[in-house]
Amino acid sequence: MSDVAAQTPRDTRSAGRFLYVAGVVFLVAWVLVPLYFLLINTLSSPDAVNSFPKSFIPEFDMGSLQFFAGFEGMLGALWNSAVVAAITMVISITISAPAGYALSRFHFPGKYLFRLLILLTRAFPLPLLALPLAVMFIRTGLDDTVFGLALVHTTLAIPFAVLITYSLFSGIPMELEEAAWTLGCTRVTAFTKVILPLILPGIAASAIFAFVISWNEVFAAAVLTIENRTLTAFLLQNLDTSPLHLKFAGGFILVVPALIFIFAVRKYLFAMWGIANR
Amino acid sequence: MAEILIKNVAKRFGTYQALQDINLTISDQEFMVLLGASGCGKSTLLRIIAGLETATEGEVWIGGRRIDHLAPKDRGISMVFQNYAVFPHLTVFENIGFGLRMQKLPQADVERRVARTAELMQIGELLKRYSGELSGGQRQRVAVARALAMEPDVILMDEPLSNLDALLRLEMRAELKGVLAESSTTAIYVTHDQVEAMSLADRISVMHEGRIAQAATPVEVYRNPAERFIASFIGNPPMNFIDATPAGDGKWTVAGQVFDGPATEKGKLEFAIRPEDVRGAEQGLSLNVRVVEPLGAHLLVTGAVDGHLFRAVLDSDLVVNRGDVLTLAPLPDRVRWFDPDTTLAVN
Repeated sequence: MSDVAAQTPRDTRSAGRFLYVAGVVFLVAWVLVPLYFLLINTLSSPDAVNSFPKSFIPEFDMGSLQFFAGFEGMLGALWNSAVVAAITMVISITISAPAGYALSRFHFPGKYLFRLLILLTRAFPLPLLALPLAVMFIRTGLDDTVFGLALVHTTLAIPFAVLITYSLFSGIPMELEEAAWTLGCTRVTAFTKVILPLILPGIAASAIFAFVISWNEVFAAAVLTIENRTLTAFLLQNLDTSPLHLKFAGGFILVVPALIFIFAVRKYLFAMWGIANR
Repeated sequence: MAEILIKNVAKRFGTYQALQDINLTISDQEFMVLLGASGCGKSTLLRIIAGLETATEGEVWIGGRRIDHLAPKDRGISMVFQNYAVFPHLTVFENIGFGLRMQKLPQADVERRVARTAELMQIGELLKRYSGELSGGQRQRVAVARALAMEPDVILMDEPLSNLDALLRLEMRAELKGVLAESSTTAIYVTHDQVEAMSLADRISVMHEGRIAQAATPVEVYRNPAERFIASFIGNPPMNFIDATPAGDGKWTVAGQVFDGPATEKGKLEFAIRPEDVRGAEQGLSLNVRVVEPLGAHLLVTGAVDGHLFRAVLDSDLVVNRGDVLTLAPLPDRVRWFDPDTTLAVN
């Protein structure tokens, strides 16, 4: 009897552990397997891409990539994407961080309505807004500019950035700020000397989020730009009728810069104060 | 000189009256404790003095200067918070030196003052650590050191010990008292713990429902509570109350016994006595014993006198059993009287 009693919990625990590991493996595979196929197909010759079964070892055939490197407008589009994403990141944080701070620290009439309205901006599908936006952009001369597109992307990124920064600020005890005030800080210096250093990892995370939203956005980019296309819009336009191996290569080119960027700033995603210090 | 003057301060949150009619003078270098149950407004008052909250009405003066319109940093105060509020992104050294850096003191001065206060609070060897690497007691020391390093006119403390475990609290309490006595700052200390208040304070302000019920020395508050509420709040166990009816000529009948009391026209008073201020006697109040709790040093006996709950702290050598009837005589000079209508003390 006692044997059974002793073993049952251990079995439950090891079963739970198995489920946990299996879940992790599944999720990792969910992300990595498509990326790996993308890599293999990009580095394969056109014949290998269309053949079946697939090899799991890439051929290191640079044909597709070389094609893109020499492709007219390709590098320009890559550059545009980076610039639009960077501007989006900067503007959305500059607007969202103060908004998030105000939402977490002050009580004002309409606060909850405001929080709801922020999310509601995402309730309108972009195609619905695209036509009026295009008309307005043409009138103001913002059409086909990197900055104009960045503005649209900022609107898309702001709701998330506001909600993320709001929860970040709410996670920092009011007492820390108050302590700073009693120790000789104004509201501004308390923010820069105490709140900002604590919140920086979170801010970086929401900035990365804005960057990725902009980088991946294709609809507004395709509608609002003609000459100054971003990478997504450029690839959408040019790869629609291209052979499969070039589509893979295009996808690869789209994914890699974003991956490199996120990899470069990954420590800000994880290094929350307190965890990092222990 | 940092005398604190609080004049007619009131605070309303919407329609809720958090503080009313607060008038208090705290002398230079005095250790004042604001004592009360939670929600009595003691923290609000402290935060008004600190400048973290604005009073709806009234004035606050520190050292002859009206400060209620100034930002916290310009008031010459520093504060210790209940949850320590040690900055997690700075080392202990930078935490203690934070205020000094804000004053743009030269590096040498910062180092000297940080070293001195750290020494005083016995955290000299922790200066390179981050708050995540400190225990609760050590964080509390850092918070106090940070406030002391500012050499403020007034140090404000909001339940600074309540997050510590009991033994540490006892130790820190004694230490805090010693350190503050040496530093010659005026201190205001908020607590709901009456033992803490008693042991630390030069004077205690007992707060109740947004007003100061009594501001006096710990012994005075204990011996001569100004209101029935204070008598039932201070002391563990608190005072006993028994209804009294007039017997003429300043005499009052209490549970069938006649006592000397105040000469007043009132038709009814409450007789009050502390549990430790009764002695076994031939004649006196008869206590029907319901519960006997031996506490080592004393015997706590709970029962009823004339239908009123009555506790007595007796010598532990006495043999008392449940169901016994004890005859207890109150010490005459320890008897207090309260008016049941106004709840104020009557002399």
